[in-house]
Formats: sequence, C-alpha cells, structure tokens
Amino acid sequence: MQPAPNQSNAPHGWLGIHRGHKARPLEWFAEKFIFAVALSTIAVVLLIFVFVAREAFPVVLGKSNTALIQPVIPPADLDKLSPAKIQEYLALTPKQFAGMDRETLRTLMDVKVEAANEVPVQFRDDPDAKRNTIEWNLMVKPHQWRGYDKPEYIWQPVGEIKKFNLIPLVIGTLKVTLIGLFFAVPLAVGAAIYVSQLARPRVREIVKPTIEMLSGIPSVVVGFFALLVMATFLQNLCGYQTRLNAFVAGIALGFAVIPVVFSIAEDALTSVPQAYTQAALALGSSRWQTAWQIVLPAALPGVFAATVLGFGRAIGETMIVLMVCSASVVSWNVFDSARSITTTIAAEMAEAVSGGPHYRILFLLGALLFAATFISNMIGDFVIHRFKTKMEGKR
Amino acid sequence: MKKLAIILAAAAFATGAFAGNITVKGSDTLVILAQKWAEVYMGQHAGIKIQVTGGGTGTGFAALQNQTTDLCNASRKAKAAEIANCIKAFNKRPTEYKVALDGLSVYVSADSPLKELTVAQVGDIFTGKIKNWKEVGGADAPITIYSRENSSGTYEFFKEHVLQGKDFAASAQTMPGTAAILQAVSKDKNGIGYGGAAYGAGAKHLAIKKTDSSPAVEPTENNVVAGKYPIWRHLFIYVNPALDKGEIAAYLNWIRSDEGQKVVKDVGYFPLPKNLRE
Repeated sequence: MQPAPNQSNAPHGWLGIHRGHKARPLEWFAEKFIFAVALSTIAVVLLIFVFVAREAFPVVLGKSNTALIQPVIPPADLDKLSPAKIQEYLALTPKQFAGMDRETLRTLMDVKVEAANEVPVQFRDDPDAKRNTIEWNLMVKPHQWRGYDKPEYIWQPVGEIKKFNLIPLVIGTLKVTLIGLFFAVPLAVGAAIYVSQLARPRVREIVKPTIEMLSGIPSVVVGFFALLVMATFLQNLCGYQTRLNAFVAGIALGFAVIPVVFSIAEDALTSVPQAYTQAALALGSSRWQTAWQIVLPAALPGVFAATVLGFGRAIGETMIVLMVCSASVVSWNVFDSARSITTTIAAEMAEAVSGGPHYRILFLLGALLFAATFISNMIGDFVIHRFKTKMEGKR
Repeated sequence: MKKLAIILAAAAFATGAFAGNITVKGSDTLVILAQKWAEVYMGQHAGIKIQVTGGGTGTGFAALQNQTTDLCNASRKAKAAEIANCIKAFNKRPTEYKVALDGLSVYVSADSPLKELTVAQVGDIFTGKIKNWKEVGGADAPITIYSRENSSGTYEFFKEHVLQGKDFAASAQTMPGTAAILQAVSKDKNGIGYGGAAYGAGAKHLAIKKTDSSPAVEPTENNVVAGKYPIWRHLFIYVNPALDKGEIAAYLNWIRSDEGQKVVKDVGYFPLPKNLRE
C-alpha cells in the first residue's frame, strides 16, 4: 500500500484509491489479491496445525484404549443394558445407535465376544494384555514387555499388544538429521566461503548455480541413488555390517541439506559490508585471512541461521530416509539403522484405521515434527533478520 | 409384443452397462492378481469397468466400511474390530470369499549354504533370538533381517503365524515391498527375508520343516495346494452383502470358477482346490 513515489505527499484515500491516482483498478485488485493469498497462507498453516493437533488430542488426553483384553458382556444380556451403556460398550455414536435394530446390536455384541476369543492363548495371562498401551508412561519410558530380558523402548504398533514407545523414533530422527548436518554443514559453509570470498567471478558463476541445482533433484531420486549405489559403495569403503543404515541415510540427506545451508550462508557472507573486506585487505591481510578471520566471524549469525534452517529441512525430509533405513532400533551408533518420524508417518498412515489409536499417535508424531520444524525455522529467520539489519546498519 | 421385448432388452443392456462399474481396493499382495482378473473379465464382458487399486488390506477394509469400494481384497482374515466397523457402517457382516492360496517363502541369498529351516527357527531368527547363522548350521556371520512395513498383510500374517505373536527384532529392516526385500536379500549374503512364493528371482527359497522331525518341504504349487508346506494362507475378497448381486456377484463367481482360478496360476499364486471354492 505504498503510495507511488511522485505522490508521496498525497493523502491516502479509501483503501489506497484516491483522486489523482491514475485510475489503476487492476493494480489495486492485483495488490489486494496478493495480500489475500498471503493471508490465506497464514490461515492454511494455522489450519494444518489445528487439524493435526485435533486428531492427536484424544491420545494426549488418554481417551483411547488399546488394551488387548477388554471386558465382555454376554450377548444374551442385551436387553438388560441401558441404551447409554450399550453405546459405551459398543463405542457407538448416538446417531449410529438410533439407526440400528436389535438384530444389529446383537451381532455387534457377538463380534465383541469373537474379538475376545481371537486373542491367542499365549497372551491371555499376559499382564500387559489388560493394559492400555497408550499411556504416557509406556510411550516415553522403557517397559519390560513379555519376552524381553530387560525394560526396553519398543515401537511395534501392529500386533496383539501394540507398543507405541516414541523414543526410538525420536532418537532415529535426531541421529539421521545430525549425521546429515555433520556432513552437509562443513561442506556447504566451506563452499559458501569459497564462492563468496575466494573464487574468481568466472568460477563463481559456474559453482553457485550448480550447488543450488542440487535442491532441484527430487528427494526420491536421491533416495533411490542412495539405496542402490551409495549403500554398496559406503559399505565397501567403511566395512560395516548393516548395508542400509543411518550413516547412508544421513549422507544422502546431506545432499538435500547442502543447497539450503549453502544459499543462506553464501547470502550472509556476501552481505558483510565491503568496507570490512577492503579495510582488512588494506591493512595487509591475505584474501584467505580476510575470509577466515574477518568475514566469517562477522557473518557467523547468518551461518548459524543457515545451519538451523538446514536442520529444519533435514528433520522434515521423508523420502530419502524412508528408502534407505527404517528399523526402529534404539542406538546412537551411526552404523546401525534408524527409523525417523517422517518415515513412520509415511509408511504407516495408509494402514492405520482412521480414528484408531495408531492413527492418532501418528498425528501426535506429526504435531511434534511440525513444532520442531516451526521452532527451528523461526529461530533461523529471527537470527538472519537481526543479522541483516545489523549488517545494513539499520539498528 | 416383440417390440416391447426388444426395448426391455435394450433397457436392461443400457442399465447393465451403466451399472457395470466395479471398484476393488485393498491388499498389495493381491493387486497384481486382481488387475489380471479385471483385465481378463473386462475382455470377455464389454461394458463392465473394473478399477483395481492397492494400498494394503487395512486400507481396503477402511474403504469397504466407508463404502468407497465394492470389493475389498484382503491377504488376511478380517479382524473383529474391522467387522464391527463394517456392521456399524452397513448393519451387516461383510461376506467373505476365499479366492486363492498363497505360500510364503523364506528367502536367503543365493550364496548361502543353508537349505532348510524349521518354522520355529525362522521365528527365532525374526524375533532376534537367533542372531548368528552358525546357530542354524550356516557360516559364522551375523544375520541381517529384512521385514515388511507393518502396514502389510504379509507382515501381520508372518508375525501371527510364524513368530507366534512375538515382536520382530528391533533391528529388522523394514522394506516397502516384497520386491525390495528380494533385492536386498540378493545383495546381502547374510540377509534373510520373507514374501510370496510367487516372487523369487535373485534369492533362494528355503525348504521349511514344520517341526524338527518332519521333512523339509519346498514352497512349490503342489506342496502348497496339498497343505504340506507349513507357511501358507488364504487370500480373500470381502464384499458388502447388500452389493453382492448382479454384476458383482457374477464377477465373484467367475473369479472362483475354473477360468478365474487359471488366472491365479498364471500370476504365480496357487489356485483354490475344488473343495474350498464353496
């Protein structure tokens, strides 16, 4: 809504239209349209978060029950039960209940008995079978399930006794993300320093777009490449046992992160005022010393922001990790496999019964992921914004 | 009178052609077979359109319950909870049809010296109790386990019947499909995986012994159909009984006829023995 420069003293009319304004309704509409689009983007982000959080809410409140063995009422007792009791026992909404005749209710009660009879014998005396496995205790703390020698963190959401411990997924996500960052950040920042400070203009014109082109490779292609080529190559190189592991996934993830970190870091390094460089060179320092000791420290907040934004990119990446490694082990060893949150959501959502506990926990994971990327992106943006204002001397 | 009959016939044909849209959804194991059935059937019956999609057995049941699909392919029996959901949606139990047999093979690398395992040994390997090949008569090397994603019906079947409900080892790598497991096992000489007996190039199918004393059986058609091979299952189609008439009923009957069962064999699964066709 900035007035045109030649009219900067003219009073603002209604919504920017005023007399003397060279009747540009089209521009006005275009501007308002873009404004509306921008607003709707914010609305969409909010809506997505509200949707994800709403689906996850019953789990947070402990409203789902996954106990394998649930109390059974004999179907013959149907007539003795009050309608409210029947609705609760059969988990019916009032609307569903109203639309059912006695026969249907009876069949549903039979099915409840069948469900109880479906429980394999070896689980009937298992103390965990009567337990609701969606308790925060079981979701974040180790528990000694039957058949295990010691308390463990287990993610096994499908089976008789469903185990929803989130720790293996959190560790898996962080492990892969950190490996990716350890690989990508030094390379990307090094490349940024080279391109912005040391390279001849001719070289820069080739190197910069090439690195940025990396971000144009679809992640499924990177994943495919990692699965078939890199996994074998790295195994031969390092000689570890598991062919598909967090290390391969991390390196492949690095390819997705490098362009993000590179562009932002390069941008930050370039925005360090020329006066710094010129002063350093005039005092007799070499190009390398200038880059390393003057420009890089000055741009450090920008490089930090680049890393944080790279983290946000890496933690949300799905396809590469999904294709390369997916075992939910609890281990910080880089040569073990890992299962990330994104992988879990992508691989399991299709099969989760909608509205069921597994489905809700996947949404909970989605909300966690959303919060993590949101916070990291916000920190990154905040830091880079402050850095830019400082560099431009607009404090 | 003759005219009227012609008009009626034309009307019947028109409505037949109009109503001849059948949607099929569900198990990824069944998707190739279902597509082949649809292709052959559509070739013989002009005016009928059959759309087949996969997504997993659970997805199929969800669609059956939301009434967004006519037929649900399933690589396992419906669970009580799924039946309850269907009753809530359309007040009736879904009708179950057995449509084919499938043997599950245990794959190892073609370089592996191993030839046979018992069902119990396979279970112990996949739960992580047996960690080294030498414990089952192989070389002294750690075992790498390849499993399916937990959305797969094959995964659930294997967990229920071979692992006796125990958890897969946490270190089991989950792969997106049987072909991916085969690809991984063929590249990993210490790997072991499982999947349909119909798949197979690139890896060795182990012979399986039901108990220590029983003979080792190869997962061939004869052995599976005769019930000698211990790891096998039915493949099912579920349908809302209200829809099980007209075109859909005809299609289901055709699937279970000799002609439909011949397609099963062409795709690589095993046809139902006559006495199981109901």
